[in-house]
Amino acid sequence: MAEQRRLRLFRGTRERGELKEYQVAAGEGMVVLDAVHAIQAEQAPDLAVRWNCKAGKCGSCSAEINGKPRLLCMTRMSDYAPDETITVTPMRAFPVIKDLVTDVSWNYEVNKRIPAFQPRKPDAPDGTWRMYQYEIERPQEFRKCIECFLCQDVCHVLRTHEKHEQFMGPAMLVRAAVYEMHPLDEADRRDYLRHEGGIGFCNITKCCTEVCPESITITDNAIIPLKERVVDANYDPLAALWRKLTG
Amino acid sequence: MAPAASDLRTHNYDVVVIGAGGAGLRAAIEASAQKAKVALVCKSLLGKAHTVMAEGGAAAALGNVMSEDNWRVHFRDTMRGGKMHNNWRMAQIHAQESPDRINELEAWGALFDRTPDGRINQRPFGGHTYSRLAHVGDRTGLEMIRVLQDKGVHSGIEVHMECTIVRLFLVSGKIAGALGYFRETGRFVLFKTGAIVIATGGIGKAWQITSNSWEYTGDGHALAYEAGAQLIDMEFVQFHPTGMVWPPSVRGILVTEGVRGEGGVLKNSAGERFMFRYMPDMFKGDFAETEAEADAWVKGERKKNRRPPELLTRDVVSKAITREIAEGRGTPHGGVLLDIASKQNPDYIKQKLPSMYHQFKELAHVDITKDAMEIGPTTHYVMGGVKVDAETQESTVPGLYAAGEVGGGMHGANRLGGNSLSDLLVFGRRAGQYAAGKRGAAAAIPDAEVEQAMRETLEPFERQGENPYAVQSALQAVMQRDAGIIRDKAGLENALAELEKLKTRARKVGVMGSREYNPGWHTAIDLRSLLIVSEATARAGLERTESRGAHTRSDYPDSDERQAREQIVIKKEGDRMTVRRETQPPLPADLMALIKEGK
Repeated sequence: MAEQRRLRLFRGTRERGELKEYQVAAGEGMVVLDAVHAIQAEQAPDLAVRWNCKAGKCGSCSAEINGKPRLLCMTRMSDYAPDETITVTPMRAFPVIKDLVTDVSWNYEVNKRIPAFQPRKPDAPDGTWRMYQYEIERPQEFRKCIECFLCQDVCHVLRTHEKHEQFMGPAMLVRAAVYEMHPLDEADRRDYLRHEGGIGFCNITKCCTEVCPESITITDNAIIPLKERVVDANYDPLAALWRKLTG
Repeated sequence: MAPAASDLRTHNYDVVVIGAGGAGLRAAIEASAQKAKVALVCKSLLGKAHTVMAEGGAAAALGNVMSEDNWRVHFRDTMRGGKMHNNWRMAQIHAQESPDRINELEAWGALFDRTPDGRINQRPFGGHTYSRLAHVGDRTGLEMIRVLQDKGVHSGIEVHMECTIVRLFLVSGKIAGALGYFRETGRFVLFKTGAIVIATGGIGKAWQITSNSWEYTGDGHALAYEAGAQLIDMEFVQFHPTGMVWPPSVRGILVTEGVRGEGGVLKNSAGERFMFRYMPDMFKGDFAETEAEADAWVKGERKKNRRPPELLTRDVVSKAITREIAEGRGTPHGGVLLDIASKQNPDYIKQKLPSMYHQFKELAHVDITKDAMEIGPTTHYVMGGVKVDAETQESTVPGLYAAGEVGGGMHGANRLGGNSLSDLLVFGRRAGQYAAGKRGAAAAIPDAEVEQAMRETLEPFERQGENPYAVQSALQAVMQRDAGIIRDKAGLENALAELEKLKTRARKVGVMGSREYNPGWHTAIDLRSLLIVSEATARAGLERTESRGAHTRSDYPDSDERQAREQIVIKKEGDRMTVRRETQPPLPADLMALIKEGK
């Protein structure tokens, strides 16, 4: 019952590489990561691919399938026509290390700089807090993030304009939003978001939301409310009055 | 490809933690809090460790949902679930300290699901008398990893990602350092330190059907064994009752016990809810005896009714499922049915079990709010591991600590669901604390030893040998067939004979390509660990001539109370793996009284 499928995989490094074609026997329910593993086990043992859980929970196997950012473990072979060649390439917004593996260390550097969580004083004498489910639903949505960085990969500010120095990207905005909207948190990240984080670079095209494998409403629920907070923080009533008076 | 001196980078640390799952992160945070200079070394990227896959929750007797709960009941449940084989002191410390460790995570930013009065909510789980698992939907492990990760990066810990440790060094019998290589470059790194915490997780990759990721090759068990540490309880490997069985490519992926905690029921192909027929004597009277009683409990009437039998301990449920399938009452794909659709409404299921909903929809095209899931047992967790001191987590090798799944003793013959996430917090913290106390200048490691270890690591490049993936897959087939849920003497002896042949094959594997990010090479290196833990499991399994908890011998189907407190100890002597029995100290009278209270 196994049909032969054609895959083209990027093989190479930062300096040079090419698309190489492979044939794989595809069984029922097979995902693209299975096909890549089959190639690795039988035809190309040195083929580099990152993966861990193979269940869409760790966000390691991010790459691009026919040019679209996807998790290899959550994309079924049967989503593509039987005669279609499936092309797998590394994420474009990050430097290639080898084959399908990219250097995503930049994300970890950005994360380190986001001001840390700072809880208010405990609510109860035993040192615990009281929070209600309705208050935490929003930040819980952001905590679903598996750090696959597909949203970073699709974001044109990073992918096309390479503004990694000036813009933290949607994944890290979601990371900051967890704490900004955390009911216990008292830290103020608005200045960080405006300057170092470069939140102004986002022009709300929502590509990140579309690509998120965890269906986090990145733009509407995280980025736009953060932008509003940043704007509020920088609203100066005297300056506004002056502008009004002087036209 | 002889290693050159320029090949080696050297670092000095007070404490080196190997593994960045929950236990490793918690250990590193604690050691750092004690002002130690700490390195955290992990095989994957930070935040990808197996802990992210833990779904159901962390067990802690907070008493937020059922105020009757306290550490004594948690201790009793853990000991009974472990079939009285546990290290009692570890079980006691775990039950006493878990609540503080969970509350501490909240202080660091964790967002656990809430009770109506605003406290941390707790859900029921297999083997726990009261609702006890602090949770976040069905992605509790992910929440814990993120919180620990953020706490860690703001604590000044130095993280070395995608770095595999291949050797520990001892000088005068004490830990002096570790050699590793970076996956990206293939270059070596030497960590000089007097204290190492192993937190590498489990060994599940030695079986074909497993819920474990590629990382779970038993590296920490093998490193400690090679360094002369003792391994205990290696025969006790937990087969989780509910893994996916169809389609073939997802076989083994975990289906959380939370499905049963939220009311899911197990049925055979005849539609019978079979767990009522599998009540062990030890638990008679603790569980519902009719479907009506079980259903009432699920609806929340928990004072008058008892828990459904689907919430029996994992060893019991796995064996029941295996029996149903063996006797011809399984599904065509070789599983049984797990049905929550007929017990809870779709919105509730999606809210409480979002990743299960997603997982079945994407990978199996099954809507769990409408249809039953096809499930079967999957290799999940090893109770056995490095023998450690209960208070300090130090192994029998001075300066070498172990915490989390790689540590042995806490869970006895069978682990309760939810006790792993709390275990790694409690004992991760203790390991970090005591390892930091060990600091001091590490003794110099002779260059020749380091060079030899580097040479051995590079050997596969010099051979035109067999593909390492073929050897790995042959090993998995042997363990699945001969050291699975049901074992016997002939099978285990056969496994040992096959493993001998595989050792020879492993010594001859060759890899092609460069040292940069070369998975073929990584697999060749991991084979050494897999072979050690597989042999340890088979030898210990052969030695234990009884059935207890997760270890089931068809030729010794009953438990033998004389062996209850006997531990099978594995240790390297010369080039040989030795096996001996050791009797654990008896429970003190006050703790024994707690156990009896519950009967």
